[in-house]
Amino acid sequence: MADGNGIFGIHGAALALRSQRLEMLASNIANAATPNYKARDIDFGKALELATNGRTAKDAVDAAIAYRVPVTPSLDGNTVELSTEQTLFAENAVQYRTTLSFLEGRINTLKRALKGE
Amino acid sequence: MEKPFSVFDIAGRAMSAQLVRLNTTASNLANAGSVSGSKEDAFRALKPVFRTVTNSEGVATVAVDRVVEAGKDPEMRHAPDHPLADENGNVWAAGVDTAAELVEMVETARQYQNNVQVLQTAKTLTLDTLRLGQ
Repeated sequence: MADGNGIFGIHGAALALRSQRLEMLASNIANAATPNYKARDIDFGKALELATNGRTAKDAVDAAIAYRVPVTPSLDGNTVELSTEQTLFAENAVQYRTTLSFLEGRINTLKRALKGE
Repeated sequence: MEKPFSVFDIAGRAMSAQLVRLNTTASNLANAGSVSGSKEDAFRALKPVFRTVTNSEGVATVAVDRVVEAGKDPEMRHAPDHPLADENGNVWAAGVDTAAELVEMVETARQYQNNVQVLQTAKTLTLDTLRLGQ
Protein backbone atom coordinates (compact mmCIF):
# COMPACT_ATOMS: atom_id res chain seq x y z
CA MET A 1 0.00 0.00 0.00
CA ALA A 2 2.77 2.39 0.95
CA ASP A 3 4.52 1.96 -2.39
CA GLY A 4 1.63 3.58 -4.23
CA ASN A 5 1.12 0.71 -6.65
CA GLY A 6 -1.77 -1.01 -4.88
CA ILE A 7 -5.46 -0.54 -5.43
CA PHE A 8 -5.39 2.82 -3.73
CA GLY A 9 -2.46 4.26 -5.67
CA ILE A 10 -0.83 7.28 -4.10
CA HIS A 11 -3.74 7.91 -1.73
CA GLY A 12 -2.93 5.08 0.68
CA ALA A 13 0.52 6.52 1.35
CA ALA A 14 -0.88 10.05 1.45
CA LEU A 15 -3.41 9.12 4.14
CA ALA A 16 -0.73 7.59 6.37
CA LEU A 17 1.44 10.69 5.98
CA ARG A 18 -1.47 13.07 6.62
CA SER A 19 -2.23 11.22 9.83
CA GLN A 20 1.40 11.47 10.97
CA ARG A 21 1.43 15.17 10.15
CA LEU A 22 -1.78 15.60 12.14
CA GLU A 23 -0.01 14.19 15.18
CA MET A 24 2.99 16.43 14.66
CA LEU A 25 0.88 19.59 14.39
CA ALA A 26 -1.12 18.48 17.45
CA SER A 27 2.20 18.21 19.32
CA ASN A 28 3.07 21.76 18.35
CA ILE A 29 -0.29 23.07 19.57
CA ALA A 30 0.03 21.05 22.80
CA ASN A 31 3.43 22.62 23.47
CA ALA A 32 2.38 26.20 22.75
CA ALA A 33 3.41 27.27 26.27
CA THR A 34 6.46 25.06 26.88
CA PRO A 35 9.72 27.01 27.18
CA ASN A 36 12.41 26.05 24.63
CA TYR A 37 10.06 23.86 22.62
CA LYS A 38 10.89 23.96 18.90
CA ALA A 39 7.96 23.45 16.54
CA ARG A 40 8.40 20.78 13.88
CA ASP A 41 6.65 19.87 10.69
CA ILE A 42 7.18 17.62 7.69
CA ASP A 43 7.87 18.61 4.12
CA PHE A 44 4.82 16.83 2.76
CA GLY A 45 5.87 16.76 -0.89
CA LYS A 46 9.23 15.23 -0.04
CA ALA A 47 7.68 12.67 2.32
CA LEU A 48 5.09 11.63 -0.26
CA GLU A 49 7.75 11.22 -2.92
CA LEU A 50 9.79 8.98 -0.60
CA ALA A 51 6.73 6.99 0.43
CA THR A 52 5.69 6.34 -3.16
CA ASN A 53 9.22 5.16 -3.93
CA GLY A 54 8.98 2.21 -1.60
CA ARG A 55 9.84 3.71 1.79
CA THR A 56 7.54 3.08 4.74
CA ALA A 57 5.43 6.00 5.98
CA LYS A 58 7.53 6.26 9.15
CA ASP A 59 10.86 6.33 7.27
CA ALA A 60 9.52 8.91 4.86
CA VAL A 61 8.35 11.15 7.72
CA ASP A 62 11.67 10.83 9.55
CA ALA A 63 13.55 11.88 6.40
CA ALA A 64 11.29 14.86 5.70
CA ILE A 65 11.05 16.32 9.21
CA ALA A 66 12.21 19.90 9.79
CA TYR A 67 12.06 22.68 12.34
CA ARG A 68 9.71 25.56 11.74
CA VAL A 69 11.28 29.00 11.24
CA PRO A 70 9.29 31.39 13.45
CA VAL A 71 8.12 34.78 12.17
CA THR A 72 8.77 36.40 15.54
CA PRO A 73 10.74 34.23 17.99
CA SER A 74 9.61 34.52 21.61
CA LEU A 75 11.92 35.19 24.57
CA ASP A 76 11.45 31.79 26.23
CA GLY A 77 12.84 29.95 23.20
CA ASN A 78 9.47 28.58 22.11
CA THR A 79 8.91 28.69 18.36
CA VAL A 80 5.21 27.77 18.28
CA GLU A 81 3.03 30.41 16.67
CA LEU A 82 -0.57 29.44 17.25
CA SER A 83 -1.89 31.23 14.17
CA THR A 84 0.51 29.32 11.91
CA GLU A 85 -0.06 25.97 13.60
CA GLN A 86 -3.84 26.33 13.62
CA THR A 87 -3.96 27.24 9.95
CA LEU A 88 -1.76 24.31 8.98
CA PHE A 89 -3.72 21.97 11.25
CA ALA A 90 -7.00 22.96 9.61
CA GLU A 91 -5.44 22.69 6.16
CA ASN A 92 -4.07 19.25 6.94
CA ALA A 93 -7.45 18.10 8.28
CA VAL A 94 -9.17 19.20 5.07
CA GLN A 95 -6.53 17.46 2.99
CA TYR A 96 -6.94 14.30 5.07
CA ARG A 97 -10.64 14.37 4.33
CA THR A 98 -9.92 14.97 0.64
CA THR A 99 -7.71 11.89 0.57
CA LEU A 100 -10.50 9.98 2.30
CA SER A 101 -12.96 10.90 -0.42
CA PHE A 102 -10.48 9.86 -3.11
CA LEU A 103 -10.23 6.49 -1.37
CA GLU A 104 -13.99 6.33 -1.06
CA GLY A 105 -14.24 6.90 -4.83
CA ARG A 106 -11.81 4.07 -5.54
CA ILE A 107 -13.71 1.71 -3.26
CA ASN A 108 -17.03 2.59 -4.87
CA THR A 109 -15.59 2.08 -8.35
CA LEU A 110 -14.29 -1.33 -7.39
CA LYS A 111 -17.55 -2.31 -5.73
CA ARG A 112 -19.49 -1.34 -8.80
CA ALA A 113 -17.14 -3.32 -11.02
CA LEU A 114 -17.48 -6.37 -8.78
CA LYS A 115 -21.25 -6.17 -8.74
CA GLY A 116 -21.30 -5.73 -12.50
CA GLU A 117 -23.76 -2.86 -12.41
CA MET B 1 9.69 2.65 25.35
CA GLU B 2 6.15 3.87 25.81
CA LYS B 3 3.42 3.05 23.36
CA PRO B 4 3.14 5.56 20.52
CA PHE B 5 1.12 8.68 21.29
CA SER B 6 -2.14 9.24 19.49
CA VAL B 7 -3.58 12.69 18.90
CA PHE B 8 -5.90 11.94 21.82
CA ASP B 9 -2.96 11.40 24.17
CA ILE B 10 -1.23 14.54 22.95
CA ALA B 11 -4.21 16.88 23.23
CA GLY B 12 -5.59 15.18 26.36
CA ARG B 13 -2.38 15.57 28.33
CA ALA B 14 -1.96 19.12 27.10
CA MET B 15 -5.45 19.89 28.40
CA SER B 16 -4.61 18.58 31.87
CA ALA B 17 -1.42 20.64 31.89
CA GLN B 18 -3.37 23.76 30.94
CA LEU B 19 -5.87 22.93 33.68
CA VAL B 20 -3.07 22.89 36.27
CA ARG B 21 -2.02 26.28 34.94
CA LEU B 22 -5.59 27.55 35.26
CA ASN B 23 -5.72 26.24 38.85
CA THR B 24 -2.53 28.08 39.81
CA THR B 25 -3.91 31.27 38.28
CA ALA B 26 -7.11 30.82 40.27
CA SER B 27 -5.11 30.31 43.49
CA ASN B 28 -3.03 33.38 42.76
CA LEU B 29 -6.07 35.56 42.12
CA ALA B 30 -7.86 34.18 45.19
CA ASN B 31 -4.89 35.08 47.37
CA ALA B 32 -4.22 38.43 45.71
CA GLY B 33 -5.66 40.46 48.58
CA SER B 34 -4.28 38.43 51.47
CA VAL B 35 -1.80 39.93 53.95
CA SER B 36 0.66 38.31 56.30
CA GLY B 37 2.68 39.25 59.40
CA SER B 38 6.09 38.50 57.88
CA LYS B 39 7.71 38.55 54.47
CA GLU B 40 8.44 34.81 54.58
CA ASP B 41 4.85 33.83 55.31
CA ALA B 42 3.34 36.09 52.68
CA PHE B 43 1.79 34.44 49.64
CA ARG B 44 3.80 34.42 46.44
CA ALA B 45 2.36 33.71 43.00
CA LEU B 46 2.51 30.07 41.89
CA LYS B 47 3.64 29.17 38.40
CA PRO B 48 3.67 25.75 36.71
CA VAL B 49 6.79 24.74 34.77
CA PHE B 50 5.90 22.95 31.55
CA ARG B 51 8.08 20.21 30.14
CA THR B 52 7.94 18.51 26.74
CA VAL B 53 7.34 14.75 26.80
CA THR B 54 8.75 13.41 23.55
CA ASN B 55 7.49 10.11 22.25
CA SER B 56 9.10 9.74 18.85
CA GLU B 57 10.70 12.39 16.66
CA GLY B 58 8.28 15.29 16.19
CA VAL B 59 5.55 13.71 18.30
CA ALA B 60 5.45 15.20 21.76
CA THR B 61 3.00 16.21 24.44
CA VAL B 62 3.40 18.35 27.52
CA ALA B 63 3.48 17.69 31.26
CA VAL B 64 3.73 19.87 34.34
CA ASP B 65 7.26 19.36 35.63
CA ARG B 66 6.70 21.18 38.93
CA VAL B 67 4.91 24.17 40.38
CA VAL B 68 7.23 26.91 41.61
CA GLU B 69 6.78 30.10 43.60
CA ALA B 70 7.64 32.90 41.24
CA GLY B 71 6.60 36.43 40.52
CA LYS B 72 7.21 39.59 42.44
CA ASP B 73 8.16 39.89 46.11
CA PRO B 74 5.46 40.53 48.72
CA GLU B 75 4.84 44.21 49.26
CA MET B 76 5.44 45.76 52.68
CA ARG B 77 2.70 48.02 53.91
CA HIS B 78 2.69 50.11 57.08
CA ALA B 79 -0.56 49.35 58.92
CA PRO B 80 -0.13 49.50 62.72
CA ASP B 81 -3.86 48.90 63.31
CA HIS B 82 -3.83 45.60 61.46
CA PRO B 83 -4.15 42.57 63.79
CA LEU B 84 -1.38 40.76 61.90
CA ALA B 85 1.10 43.66 62.02
CA ASP B 86 4.59 42.95 63.42
CA GLU B 87 6.36 45.00 66.13
CA ASN B 88 7.19 47.74 63.60
CA GLY B 89 3.55 47.94 62.49
CA ASN B 90 4.19 46.40 59.08
CA VAL B 91 2.21 43.80 57.12
CA TRP B 92 3.11 42.10 53.83
CA ALA B 93 0.63 41.92 51.01
CA ALA B 94 0.66 38.86 48.70
CA GLY B 95 3.13 39.11 45.80
CA VAL B 96 0.56 38.73 43.06
CA ASP B 97 0.39 40.84 39.91
CA THR B 98 -3.35 40.67 39.22
CA ALA B 99 -3.11 42.15 35.73
CA ALA B 100 -0.51 39.57 34.72
CA GLU B 101 -2.62 36.79 36.24
CA LEU B 102 -5.67 37.86 34.26
CA VAL B 103 -3.65 37.87 31.04
CA GLU B 104 -2.33 34.41 31.96
CA MET B 105 -5.90 33.22 32.55
CA VAL B 106 -7.09 34.36 29.12
CA GLU B 107 -4.06 32.78 27.43
CA THR B 108 -4.61 29.50 29.28
CA ALA B 109 -8.26 29.41 28.28
CA ARG B 110 -7.31 30.05 24.63
CA GLN B 111 -4.75 27.28 24.56
CA TYR B 112 -7.14 24.89 26.30
CA GLN B 113 -9.74 25.65 23.64
CA ASN B 114 -7.17 25.01 20.92
CA ASN B 115 -6.52 21.56 22.30
CA VAL B 116 -10.24 20.81 22.48
CA GLN B 117 -10.48 21.81 18.82
CA VAL B 118 -7.60 19.49 17.93
CA LEU B 119 -9.37 16.66 19.76
CA GLN B 120 -12.63 17.32 17.97
CA THR B 121 -11.00 17.40 14.54
CA ALA B 122 -9.06 14.20 15.24
CA LYS B 123 -12.25 12.52 16.43
CA THR B 124 -14.28 13.36 13.32
CA LEU B 125 -11.43 12.34 11.03
CA THR B 126 -11.01 9.00 12.82
CA LEU B 127 -14.75 8.32 12.63
CA ASP B 128 -14.79 9.23 8.93
CA THR B 129 -11.91 6.83 8.35
CA LEU B 130 -13.80 4.07 10.17
CA ARG B 131 -16.79 4.57 7.90
CA LEU B 132 -14.61 4.22 4.79
CA GLY B 133 -16.09 1.82 2.27
CA GLN B 134 -19.43 1.42 4.00
